[in-house]
Amino acid sequence: MARALLTRLISLALSLVVASVVIFVMLQAVPGDPAAFMLGLNAQPDTIAALRAELGLQGGFVQRYIAWAGGMLTGDFGTSYTYRVPVADLVADRIGVSAPLALYALLLTVLIALPAGLLAATRRGQASDWGVMGATQLGIAVPNFWFAMLLVFLFAVKLRWVSAGGFPGWSDPGAALLALTLPAVALALPQASILARVLRGALIDTLDQDYIRTARAKGLSRRATTIRHALRNAAIPVLTILGLQFSFLLAGAIIIENVFFLPGLGRLIFQGITQRDLIVVQSVTMLLVFAVIAVTFAVELAYTLADPRLRRRAAR
Amino acid sequence: MLIGTVLTALFAGAAALSLFWLPHDIAALDISQRSLGPSLTHPLGTDHFGRDMLSMLMAGARTSIAVALVAVGIGVGLGVPLGLWAAATRGSWLDEVIMRGNDLIFAFPSLVIAILITAVFGPSALNAILAIGIFNIPVFARVARGGALPLWTLDYVMAARVAGKGRLLISAQHILPNVANLLIVQATIQFSLGILAEAALSYVGLGAQPPTASWGRMLADAQTMIYTEPQLAVLPGLAIVLMVLGLNLLGDGLRDALDPRLRRVRM
Repeated sequence: MARALLTRLISLALSLVVASVVIFVMLQAVPGDPAAFMLGLNAQPDTIAALRAELGLQGGFVQRYIAWAGGMLTGDFGTSYTYRVPVADLVADRIGVSAPLALYALLLTVLIALPAGLLAATRRGQASDWGVMGATQLGIAVPNFWFAMLLVFLFAVKLRWVSAGGFPGWSDPGAALLALTLPAVALALPQASILARVLRGALIDTLDQDYIRTARAKGLSRRATTIRHALRNAAIPVLTILGLQFSFLLAGAIIIENVFFLPGLGRLIFQGITQRDLIVVQSVTMLLVFAVIAVTFAVELAYTLADPRLRRRAAR
Repeated sequence: MLIGTVLTALFAGAAALSLFWLPHDIAALDISQRSLGPSLTHPLGTDHFGRDMLSMLMAGARTSIAVALVAVGIGVGLGVPLGLWAAATRGSWLDEVIMRGNDLIFAFPSLVIAILITAVFGPSALNAILAIGIFNIPVFARVARGGALPLWTLDYVMAARVAGKGRLLISAQHILPNVANLLIVQATIQFSLGILAEAALSYVGLGAQPPTASWGRMLADAQTMIYTEPQLAVLPGLAIVLMVLGLNLLGDGLRDALDPRLRRVRM
């Protein structure tokens, strides 16, 4: 077990290093000198040099990479070129929107997919199965940002229940949650559709197993069998997909934040791009990649722990 | 399957037609004709610049299909040889390197990197293609390798080896035709995902640039006018949904038709 964990940890660290090199090299390919860009056309060469030093732009390629990567490890994400404040501060502000949004969407995904998948699997071939499968087929095809626009039109423009965008801040948790509800619904719909289909497939596979028949034969009700035996065994493919979906939710959140003008990490990246604030883009992207890789790792760990077969194999 | 084929053919036909003929010029702005409802001259009405919606949608179909198709081409062109190669040299360091590289690309949140690529190298349809295409490579590599591995243990492959055929020749002659079914189904799925990704990228302004028509771009324009002209947001979105739905149904149908035992690998 400990050895398997160590191998996984090493490969986790390795992917992070490769990812950081890829991101760093890519952003070095951007033409232009940020210091010269910030100071304008009439800047003196020595002022530019001084600013370059302040921004950590002097030194060779490798030296700058090490400085940046080393900084990331200790929580120093560099200094924003445009705002002249630590990127870590900007991130700290924005993550209070993005992280709750992603979690909210994940929660909705599970809350929608679980009953839908259960219903479709236990009523296989019946009208409710067809209904769920048809609805999920549609749900996968709908782009989430378009669905978001339709939600805005219905609930903000027509019904005037919520505002069309913006974020009031966490000082009023109720208002904050309300502002995140439409974005979270928009994000959750396609993911819930995929998850419901996966869950249905996994449940149908396990419901055909002999041990399910045994459980029914010893007098366990259909409901108890499904929940106690089938659902637990269907958990592994579902967990895997959920882990993958986290990365889609993160990426989707970037687009959705733009639909609703939410001040999250996605908007931060876009502002960084338009303002040529490359250090912000670089550090925030790395942070997102880190989050995804870490979640994938956690999921793998979770189902190694959840599945006795994998646990034993890992121990060997 | 039938519905899927019809929908896909409809959009492909509209896109092909748009190469030669459009009902109206989409670069011509005519403010006096703006925001019209459906009529004989403009079957789907006009947008806020007086451009014909049907023409815009047809040209948009062309952009979407072109981007997604080339992106699938990149995935097949690079991913399939890599996957077959990995399967042919199973267990070697090459196989290991290819598969670990795949895992690494999978670990990246694809849309984030696509946004990064288009942001760094400037927004254009070409960079959108590259950004989407790169993430198709590991998908096809994995499917090709997964399909090829069991084939290598079969008798006729063994016979070919005994006959002195090299790994390259066997991969091309015997393995590839037998994994083609899997690849076709996967290509349909990646194609529909590509349509969605292109729409998302051009929606945030990182895809095809004006005056090239694109569904995502049309939606972004429509969003600013959702209070006054909500109907402009409906048609492009519907086009995306129908196109993607058509491709997905086609993919499901193909999978069942080509081999009912195959289960979809959906990433």
